[in-house]
Amino acid sequence: MESKDYLKDISEIKDLMNKSSRFISLSGLSGILAGTYAIIGGAIAYWLVMSYSSGTLKLEGQIFRLVMLDLFLVALFSVVTGVILTTKKAKKNGAKIWDNASKRLVINFLIPLIAGGLYILIILNNGKYGQTGALMLLFYGLALVNASKYSLGDIKYLGYIEIVLGLIAALYPGYGFWLWLIGFGVMHIIYGTWMYFKYDR
Amino acid sequence: MSIITNINKAFDHRIRLGIMSILMVNEYADFNMLKELLGATDGNLASHTKALENAEYINVEKQFIGRKPNTRYATTKLGRAAFKKHINALEKLINK
Repeated sequence: MESKDYLKDISEIKDLMNKSSRFISLSGLSGILAGTYAIIGGAIAYWLVMSYSSGTLKLEGQIFRLVMLDLFLVALFSVVTGVILTTKKAKKNGAKIWDNASKRLVINFLIPLIAGGLYILIILNNGKYGQTGALMLLFYGLALVNASKYSLGDIKYLGYIEIVLGLIAALYPGYGFWLWLIGFGVMHIIYGTWMYFKYDR
Repeated sequence: MSIITNINKAFDHRIRLGIMSILMVNEYADFNMLKELLGATDGNLASHTKALENAEYINVEKQFIGRKPNTRYATTKLGRAAFKKHINALEKLINK
């Protein structure tokens, strides 16, 4: 046999290994939009706290509830946009959106994220909210690193950055808000743009 | 000469190579998953899984999910070792 045939064999092996174990239709554009939502949501929260709460946040206040709603909407819009754009991309690639690979990806992403989310809610309930931004960044970063084994490996670099930002935010809680904006806003836009040019076009 | 002898005849077919590739990175795969990924017909896929089974490179597990029969496959230790050897031989041939 020609060595060209063997080369084809190898590339087919690699392709099948990836296709059967990794979900690679994640949309870069949805990363850019998620980052944009985070910055808009952050700006609204900043404006709310600065104008109506004189720069401090009390747990039982009306403003606190509005900020929580604001955060929830950012997360909701990001997830919905991500699902829509990723479904579109999967269709274009001829991949199934809900197969073993995508199921594994979602499960492995959600385990650290939900554990972290519940932990944050528990300590918020105990009145400790100084570390919220740091914890969100940390658990999100861990979720990304965990999920990267089942998707585009590049996701882990975004995860590492979120973890480092989370640890910095833990050291300097005063900058938590700004580090959160960098982690969820700026980094998503940079990462999404990079992914868009690397894989989507 | 030893390089050529490491090329495994049992893997010398696109579908068989495909089945092994998928099973190397998945704990198991069922018949339909293999069929979809490889784009093979039922009969074609069945004969190739049979061949790999006879070589004791894969295990077959038949079970019922509800009332539907489900056949799933996994690699054996022997199969993993043989496949790795085959890949190494391929790589050496290419890099020659």
